Amino acid sequence: MERTAVHRRLTWQFARVVEGVTETARTKSIALDAADWPGHLAGQHVDVRLTADDGYQAQRSYSIASAPEDEHLVITVQRLDDGEVSPYLTETLVPGDELELRGPIGGYFVWQEALGGPVLLIAGGAGVVPLRAILRHHRAIASEVPVRLLYSARTRADLIYRAELEDYDTVITLTDEHPEEWNGRTGRIEPNLLAETAWAPAERPLVYVCGPTGFVEAVADALVTFGHSPDRIRTERFGPT
Amino acid sequence: MIALDANAIAGDLIEVLGVDLAAEICACAHCGASGFFAEAVVYTRAPGRVARCRNCGEVLAVLVTIRGITCVDLLGIAEP
Repeated sequence: MERTAVHRRLTWQFARVVEGVTETARTKSIALDAADWPGHLAGQHVDVRLTADDGYQAQRSYSIASAPEDEHLVITVQRLDDGEVSPYLTETLVPGDELELRGPIGGYFVWQEALGGPVLLIAGGAGVVPLRAILRHHRAIASEVPVRLLYSARTRADLIYRAELEDYDTVITLTDEHPEEWNGRTGRIEPNLLAETAWAPAERPLVYVCGPTGFVEAVADALVTFGHSPDRIRTERFGPT
Repeated sequence: MIALDANAIAGDLIEVLGVDLAAEICACAHCGASGFFAEAVVYTRAPGRVARCRNCGEVLAVLVTIRGITCVDLLGIAEP
């Protein structure tokens, strides 16, 4: 009898914190050891759930920052000062603690080599997190598909994974700072910058845009204005929830 | 209120429906526009979470979670 793939039910599991790495003043990467982790695709996210002593629960989604090939599952969390979950994750959690999560989630905002390219990754702020997973995966499998990252951040101090990204084909633009010694770009990602740094629409790049809602809307509009086909653009928005 | 997209509710949809609706192409029952459900406009701060069509703004789906039980109403989704 033939069998189709069995869908694994999405269930909550505990993962142990292995390490916390401060990326910027507001962001921290948390490496996790999840015993029952089934593996993930680059670009997917997890849901994290915290339970207070009185039973109150808060749940948030965080993009996975690690490649499927990496030793640990890593999430990178941006602290929101009035947040319910992110201050705990970035300031209180220490190695050895346990965290409740479920995943991986999301079959839309993912890249696998079979999807081809060229692959244009466009990040606003912490939107770089799932795109870093794609870059790491791309390198881990030694893919020859061309890939490039356009990364918009406010200032140099806000750049996540700054040293690591120097190893990749990356164009960084700063929106709130115009340093004298700076070999990147300044200003927002708009059609002129896309014209200079992105593949032409005729090359039909597969574009992944991730960032705050306003950033994603503006970039997606600029891409379409520049002539890119909406069906080659995948987006993921995040915001304070 | 800041709108997100349906990537934000993909986990609860998988838990309830057993499939990743966000990765499926759906059509709006109001205007007929079709696209990945992940692209729907999602408001997470309403009493329930509401997914709206990015083209016409009508309601595609509503999720309400009470005491750990999530109800999903796909009231505005048609087959593409």
